[in-house]
Order: sequence, then C-alpha cells, then structure tokens
Amino acid sequence: MSAHAHAEHAGEHHGPPTPHYSSRLPPAVLGMFLFIASEAMLFGAFFTAYFFVRVVNPEAPGWPLEPFHLPVYVAGVNTAVLVTSSFTMHWALQSIKRGNRNGLKAGLVLTFFMGLAFLLTQMLEYARIGFTPADGAFGTIFFGLTGLHGAHVFVGLTLLAVATIRAFRGHFTAEHHHGVEIPGIYWHFVDVMWIVVYATIYLI
Amino acid sequence: MAQNPFRSEADAYRFLLLTIGYFALIVAASFVNRWLGLAVFIALTAFAVWRWAKSRSTEPPERVVVREMGEDERRILVCANETVGGKALLDVLRTKAEGVREHILVVVPALNTPLRHWVSDDDGARAAAQERLAASLARLRDEGIDARGEVGDGDPLQAMEDALRTFGAHEIVISTHPEGRSHWLERNIVTAARDRFEAPITHVVVDLDAEADRVVAEAE
Repeated sequence: MSAHAHAEHAGEHHGPPTPHYSSRLPPAVLGMFLFIASEAMLFGAFFTAYFFVRVVNPEAPGWPLEPFHLPVYVAGVNTAVLVTSSFTMHWALQSIKRGNRNGLKAGLVLTFFMGLAFLLTQMLEYARIGFTPADGAFGTIFFGLTGLHGAHVFVGLTLLAVATIRAFRGHFTAEHHHGVEIPGIYWHFVDVMWIVVYATIYLI
Repeated sequence: MAQNPFRSEADAYRFLLLTIGYFALIVAASFVNRWLGLAVFIALTAFAVWRWAKSRSTEPPERVVVREMGEDERRILVCANETVGGKALLDVLRTKAEGVREHILVVVPALNTPLRHWVSDDDGARAAAQERLAASLARLRDEGIDARGEVGDGDPLQAMEDALRTFGAHEIVISTHPEGRSHWLERNIVTAARDRFEAPITHVVVDLDAEADRVVAEAE
C-alpha cells in the first residue's frame, strides 16, 4: 500500500484546507465587486470634480469654456475605433469557443492594433490640443480623466499582447481560453469607461 | 435578466452595447435640449435600476437532488435542431429505450445568424428552437418515450456541455442533416463532441426531404 493510500485509509486530510468563507459571497465574486467599486470610485472622483467645475460656471455660454476647444470629431472617430475593437474582441472569443484558432488570432491582432491606434491618436490629440494640465481646473480634469483612461488602455494592450502571443503559440482551445476571456472582460470595461468619458467630456 | 457583467466576456460585451445605447439616447436628447437630456438620463437610470431590482427578486435557485440510479435506467442526451422530429432519430431513440427505464433530455440549440449573435439578439432563435422542441417532445410522447427538453446555447457543443452539467448522460445522440446539407458536419461538430465528451456518441443522419433516414454510425 502506498503512503498516500495509507494516509487516506487512516482518514488524514491532504491538500489545502477547506476554504472558510467569512462572507456569503464567493471570494472571486467579492474580489471582482471590490475591483469594480474601486474603479468606480477612482473615475467617480474625477467626474465629481468635472461636474463641480461645470456647476460653478452656470452662466457659461458654451462648454468647454473659452479658450478651450476639444477635437470632438477626431475623438469621435477614435471612439468608433475603440468600439470596433470590442467587436473584434468578442469575435475572437466566439471563434475560440468554436475551436477556430485562426479567428481567434485575427480577432486578437485586430483588437490590439485598433487599441494601439486609439492610444496613439490620443497622444497626438494631447500634442495638438492647445492647452496643458496646468491650464486651469478644466485642463487638469481633462488630462486627468482621459489620461486615467489611457492608462487603462495601456494595461489592456499589455494583456492583449500576452493573449495574442499565447494564441499564436497555440495555448488556447475551445475548452480552455481563460487567458482570452479575462482580457476580453477588461477590454470591454475599458470601452465602457471611454463611452462614459467621451459622452460626458466631449459631447454633453 | 440583468447579470453581473464582469463574470463572462459575453456579459461584458452585452453590457457595453447597453452602455452605448444608454449614452446615445442621453446625448441625442441633450442636443435637442439640455434639460431633456437630464430627463432622459433620469428616466433611463430609473428604468435600469428597476430592471436590476426586479431581477434580484426572483425565486431562489432550484436545488438539484442527485439520486442513485437503478441498473435498468438509461440517461440519453439528444442534441438536434431541424432534424429533431426526424423518423430516423425517433427510431434510434425507440431502440435505445427498449428494455430500460429511459430518461431522455432533448437539447435544441438556439441557432442564430452571426449578425444577430453579435448584437445578442437571440430571442427569435430561442423562440424558433422552443417550437421545434415542443413538436419533437409531442412526437416522442406519442411514441411512448419518456423525454423532456430544453433550448440550449447557439453553439451545439456548448449546449451539450451545459446540459451534461446537470444531466449525467450515459450516452449522447447527435442528429444532423446529411453531409453536404449539414452545417454541423461541415464544422465537425460530431468529431469535436467525441473529442470533448467521455460519453459514447451516436450520430444519426436524418434526411427530411426524402424521408430516407439512415443511421450512419453506432456508439463508439
């Protein structure tokens, strides 16, 4: 009889202890809720500051105040690029769920390059926008909010790059594709946040 | 039903589409009038909160009771779409049900177009699948076969995997159109299912046009 079998026979416990939940929520769900809550508070702080600046200028004829001008149409095209990248991300996931590795690779590559195009366009926008973070509260909040989102895009691109390399190395199958699913969730989250930022800062 | 959008990529994608629609309406209303935009924002937010609260007040999940099975019991998972009422399939099920207490679960995948799938518009596909399922179950009952059914995921492999989580099948029966007319055969669904699932798989070919049905392969 092997030592393992003997131990089992003796009723000893092997492996990690049974998890003890101090909450009614499973740890993974609780962790995700805490992550979402922390992100919501982070962006919420910037939006609060932004709306405060707007509220204290009720007589402003237009928004943003002179001399600030925002490149709404360029940012609109950039928004379309980012939203499209979510479509290709979804396509990549659906492809690997059906065992289509070529679809996964194509989807991830397209998503990565569209995300990169978004980030580069935003950097170009910063260079030509005509004001800096030092130019008043609006400048500070604009660069703070869009820069915070840009940092999230950068993290998303890093995750996508890893997933893309792994896809080309054949790591994912129809049954095992968590390495694509998680960056996909994150990428959609980044997209949702940009919709909020673009609609709030550029359009409304 | 509203779900935590960060549990799966598909839920996050659906949440993104809803967010786009939500802000598109608010922005459009704001261009007409600032106060109208505020009103739309309040109305949409109230609606979203109401839907979320409503989805939380559903009944608790049903407990799954696992019971021991007798030796004369046989659990068969059937995956079929348009061929779900085919004569060949009924013949195979009738044969497999002979001499045992059969428990048959029929899963009909809610097949959808790629465009509708992308925009998560699957209500029509599910309704059509439900109709086919109801007709199939009625035919099985007429034949004296004990069967129940459910509409599954649009991907037949996923639909089978979902069903197997709650229905420990002894074997799986996959019904398709003949080669050349079957999308499932073109996508190697039967081969992929044999690779993925441990249960033996019987592939039944149903030629609905000619009613010249035949069984292609028996259980491995």
